[in-house]
Amino acid sequence: MSNLLFVVIVGLSSMGAGLLGALSGLGGGVVIVPLLTIVFHVDIHYAIGASLVSVIATSSGAAAAYVREGFSNIRVGMFLEIATTSGALFGAWLTTIAPTAVIGLVFGLVLLYSAYVSLKQKHEVITDRLDALALRLKMKGDLPLPDGGDQQYVAQRVPVGFGLMWLAGLLSGLLGIGSGAVKVIAMDQAMRLPFKVSTTTSNFMIGVTAAASAGLYLRSGYLAPGLVMPVMLGVLAGSLAGSKLLVRAQVRTLKVVFSLLIIGMGIEMIVNSAMRF
Amino acid sequence: MSWNDKQVETWVGLMLRTGVLLAAAVVLAGGILYMIQNRGPRPDYSRFQGEPVAYSTLHGAATGIATLEPRSIIMFGLLLLVATPIARVGMCIVGFAFERDRMYVAVSSLVLVILLYSVFFHR
Repeated sequence: MSNLLFVVIVGLSSMGAGLLGALSGLGGGVVIVPLLTIVFHVDIHYAIGASLVSVIATSSGAAAAYVREGFSNIRVGMFLEIATTSGALFGAWLTTIAPTAVIGLVFGLVLLYSAYVSLKQKHEVITDRLDALALRLKMKGDLPLPDGGDQQYVAQRVPVGFGLMWLAGLLSGLLGIGSGAVKVIAMDQAMRLPFKVSTTTSNFMIGVTAAASAGLYLRSGYLAPGLVMPVMLGVLAGSLAGSKLLVRAQVRTLKVVFSLLIIGMGIEMIVNSAMRF
Repeated sequence: MSWNDKQVETWVGLMLRTGVLLAAAVVLAGGILYMIQNRGPRPDYSRFQGEPVAYSTLHGAATGIATLEPRSIIMFGLLLLVATPIARVGMCIVGFAFERDRMYVAVSSLVLVILLYSVFFHR
């Protein structure tokens, strides 16, 4: 395959991944690595590097829109970033020493888990119970309601959320993904934050978390310019287009289709990795 | 949310969008040059060898831009991209300082230290 054709096809596929990721709310980053390794036979280290870069681009690109809505809680995000960035440093270091088969296996399991999380019915539990630690850390806020009122919320179980965030950071550094699925679970299941707050705050954190891995990825030679270029531009264009289209799309059907695709890729990666042991 | 918070967030949002679009423009420019100059078969990415020093150190990526070598331009764009979330944390420190929130000045400074450590020292 000529280089030109390769760049164009990778760019278009990445655009599709970014589009589906934005429409389904699952993020495009999670399918970039399986796409590059399974379809284009790219080594997983190069794939992880390209994916991480696209994650930073989509997070910062979407953040401008989220910031305007005013749902994200900067204090909650910043405090938890201590956990995600330190987890990411550890994860990025693990990537440099872990065997390829182990990385692939963990990746496959994370894909299955992400699909499960996105298909599961979620129950929103908002509480303004006065959690002493959360109050000392000022992890509270109010969410503007459509009827013009305000929903007060206070974060709960901060240590559990912090621990889960460290794990999310580790997976982000290890696999070059945003770990949005784990971040959202930590915030809405463990810390009982409203969905709108957890999803937008999670997006706020993804770029910062990914930046913590970027330095080590660069020094380890994971960032191949000729590969990163089409992936980053494609995913960014796709996700920006996706967030514009979001209003009109059939989100539920899309979510199911994209989740099935992710399950298929997850199984493929697990089987592939298992055969390498 | 206080008035200050909102103002800081608007600034942060503007900075992020500018940073990403600038980075994407630089990567695109480098990418077009790269496509013109590298018309052969696709490079072999199937076995990991690691990128050469010119594309795997901060110094290489930052100074390579002067040579206008396509891949160096792409790497420079990637550095701009990585710098945007880091700059965002820096802006949050300033925002919290304006609000006289010492605890969160400390929290965001710690995050910034972790990020800078990652970029400059982590092995």
